[in-house]
Amino acid sequence: MLHILRDRRTLLVIFGMPIAQILIFGFALSNEVKNTRIGILDMARDEQSARYIQQIEESEYFETTHELSTTKEIDQLLRAGKVQMVLAIPSTFSEDLAHSRQTQVQVVTDGTNPNVATTLENYTANITRDFQQTLMSATELPYTIKVSTRMLYNPQMKGEYNFVPGVIALVLMLICTMMTSVSIVKEKELGNMEILLVSPMNPLTIVVSKAIPYIFMGLLILTIILVLSVTILHVPIHGSLLLLYVVSLIFIFSALALGLLISSFTNSQQMAMMISLMGLLLPTVMFSGFMFPIESMPWPLQLISNLIPAKWYFYSIQGIMIKGLGIGAIIKEIAILTFFAIFFIGLSVKKFQIRLA
Amino acid sequence: MAISIDRISKSYGEHKDVHALREISLSVHTGELFGLIGPDGAGKTTLFRILTTLVLPDRGSATVEGKDVRDDFRDIRTMVGYMPGRFSLYQDLSVEENLRFFATIFHTTIEENYELIKDIYVQIEPFKKRRAGDLSGGMKQKLALCCALIHRPKVLFLDEPTTGVDVVSRKEFWAMLQQLKKQGMTIFVSTPYMDEATLCDRIALIQKGSIMSVDTPENLLNKYQGDLWGIRTEHMYKALQDLNNFPSVTECYTFGAMHHAQVSGLQMPAELHNYLDRKYHKNIRVEKIKPTIEDCFMQLMQADEREPVPNE
Amino acid sequence: MKENLYQMSKSYSIIAESLTKTFGSFTAVDSISFNVSAGEIFGFLGANGAGKTTAMRMLCGLSKPTSGSAVVAGFNIDKESESIKQRIGYMSQKFSLYQDLTVSENIEFYGGIYGLGKQKLAQSAKELLHRLHLEKDARTLVRALPLGWKQKLSFSIAIMHQPSIVFLDEPTGGVDPVTRRQFWQMIYEAADHGITIFVTTHYMDEAEYCDRVAIMVDGKIEALDSPQQMKEQMKAEDMNEVFYRLARTATRASA
Repeated sequence: MLHILRDRRTLLVIFGMPIAQILIFGFALSNEVKNTRIGILDMARDEQSARYIQQIEESEYFETTHELSTTKEIDQLLRAGKVQMVLAIPSTFSEDLAHSRQTQVQVVTDGTNPNVATTLENYTANITRDFQQTLMSATELPYTIKVSTRMLYNPQMKGEYNFVPGVIALVLMLICTMMTSVSIVKEKELGNMEILLVSPMNPLTIVVSKAIPYIFMGLLILTIILVLSVTILHVPIHGSLLLLYVVSLIFIFSALALGLLISSFTNSQQMAMMISLMGLLLPTVMFSGFMFPIESMPWPLQLISNLIPAKWYFYSIQGIMIKGLGIGAIIKEIAILTFFAIFFIGLSVKKFQIRLA
Repeated sequence: MAISIDRISKSYGEHKDVHALREISLSVHTGELFGLIGPDGAGKTTLFRILTTLVLPDRGSATVEGKDVRDDFRDIRTMVGYMPGRFSLYQDLSVEENLRFFATIFHTTIEENYELIKDIYVQIEPFKKRRAGDLSGGMKQKLALCCALIHRPKVLFLDEPTTGVDVVSRKEFWAMLQQLKKQGMTIFVSTPYMDEATLCDRIALIQKGSIMSVDTPENLLNKYQGDLWGIRTEHMYKALQDLNNFPSVTECYTFGAMHHAQVSGLQMPAELHNYLDRKYHKNIRVEKIKPTIEDCFMQLMQADEREPVPNE
Repeated sequence: MKENLYQMSKSYSIIAESLTKTFGSFTAVDSISFNVSAGEIFGFLGANGAGKTTAMRMLCGLSKPTSGSAVVAGFNIDKESESIKQRIGYMSQKFSLYQDLTVSENIEFYGGIYGLGKQKLAQSAKELLHRLHLEKDARTLVRALPLGWKQKLSFSIAIMHQPSIVFLDEPTGGVDPVTRRQFWQMIYEAADHGITIFVTTHYMDEAEYCDRVAIMVDGKIEALDSPQQMKEQMKAEDMNEVFYRLARTATRASA
């Protein structure tokens, strides 16, 4: 139909979105894990272990960001999310190989995202096998390096540990942003906004009071998801429940402000819905890290992912729920989320139109 | 002076090429029932939005109760009542809840100003528990008026309150406006129905963003140029064509049961009568009639068309 | 009875017999019966909620009557509603042209819908543009046209496929007085070409232009006659007064 072609904005969405999505999904997003930050605890510190580590580092999958000196650090680093995997090489590494041609390394992974953790384990096992081969071809003797694995926080490898926080982030974003923007824009469509503007009430007060119910709605839905997750899916909440709610509240505020912002430059419910869905929901799914590992994305997309509040929120609540992180461990994330909330609130207040277009 | 408008212009569109209002000047006295009469697209709604501080004019200035629409918009918003054309209330709230909501918005209660809305409210009170969405057009309009009045505004702006409303409801609505006027309220109302003009104290005729005339309905009728004849024959459609071909007839329009022919330089109705007779018309009746506001509007429109609209 | 209806349909464009539509316990249209002759301009008046729109929707084959029957353009509205749609034109203030299409594109689109052949379409389009003096604006988006022009164009398109009846739902609402009259001239012309006109309006002077007028009150036809007869009978000055006196008796408040 010709008249569709005349509506440039819709056209942009119709053709722009799939193109962008194909490009992003095709080239940038994949379940493949690359450039994972790992820590190495090399207790052998000799030539053999150095060769082994070199082989590990040469692969595109891993990037050593931390070198550990004690076993205590393993848990600390993983808990803080500094690394996703720690490879521990025993002090007897070379000795064992020399004497019994048999040794063992340990791989400790962060099980909050069990898919990624399993992939990392497999990669390590593969590289280790390659290393065995090189040893064998040099001496023509069979060597065995056993890789013992341990998954922290999620030994049963439950996918729920990953998707429950993800769903919470998504649903809060959806409800708070879309519902707020749509309900305010509906007011415009009905012409009620004209009357509200021409009233002694500060128009912003009215709009904000329209948003308040969604704060409670958001918190209520959060509670429902948590109750269901704990009772049916047996997802633990190791950390402080209070902290969980505080972080969620901050996230809800930024989502509401975004909704407000959308409502101030759209005039139809359809448009508001479209922008909320396409402009916010998809990036949340793509860049929050719960579907696609952020580390594997090209760096421009990694940069973009930092601008998605849901990424920081997802990381925080996953930390609180699964790893039992306290406020100290996620203070950076909370700070960023707070900044987003203040920024979006400020922007939406500034952009709020006290007049019609 | 309740409203004073000084050379206001407003354009829309990407290139500002849609001229909604062109250099409009007007003043409305306190306690006056002032009508803005014109068809759709004449610029009525834009003018309302400027006066209610919803839209800023491109050029010119306006004051409502002495307050500037640009600088003192907050003051104006506390003083005026506004009923926009497409206003449809909160469909899901009941009649009573709607009213209470608007009372709260305006920092007042239904009880405080009940006296003012009483006459109107008693008509919808039997339905006060009904959802606003389930009301008929006439009822909705009464509720909307109550909502606009709930804070006892000094100036009431009603943008096309009777559009699409049937004759009976329209009559009732205008009777309500007369009542409000008696209480000293200034009312600025727009309508596309020319017959409603005579119910106003003064009217402005607006067309294509320009005001063609401002006066009392009576004076406006007196300003009508030339004579107007009402003509009726057996075959009205043919009569219209024939009359338009008669030299002394400047313009001829259908007007309900008769045609209104604007005639110049013709003293006797007999001439017209004879002309129609020669055209084989039967049961010819020609009488001199008084013009209506609609006649005046059309005459002013023609005058406007003869002198081209200045390009800005 | 049925056969009788079909025989009558040769001289009548619309024959309605005890047409009724109820929504739950609410009777929107209460057993109305009337005939409209071919080529007649038939005015259909009523207060908001009197049942005009519901009746009109049934006659256009858009909604099925609860009881009663009607024959429109020779087809039964209950069983042959699809054939009816080919033989009628419809125009309302709300359902109108595509704002994002140009004048000619709208003409082509609706011409296509009504199955006009390519040659015939080109011919009709040319005539139509000429008659409306819109040749220069053929490439203009409908959005940019003044309301009055849009309505005139919309009417011309509604009768482009030479229907036997055209239904007009408040076609002149908000249109300026001069254009309103030009619009009625077009209605007269169409009627002169034998198209039956079924029109609703809120302007009472327009009721006077109709050959006959039906006034609906509370779902029933309260009066049906020529404007002249109605005025004489009720000793009323004009149609406004006639309508006011009849509609005032309405008891139902909502619809």
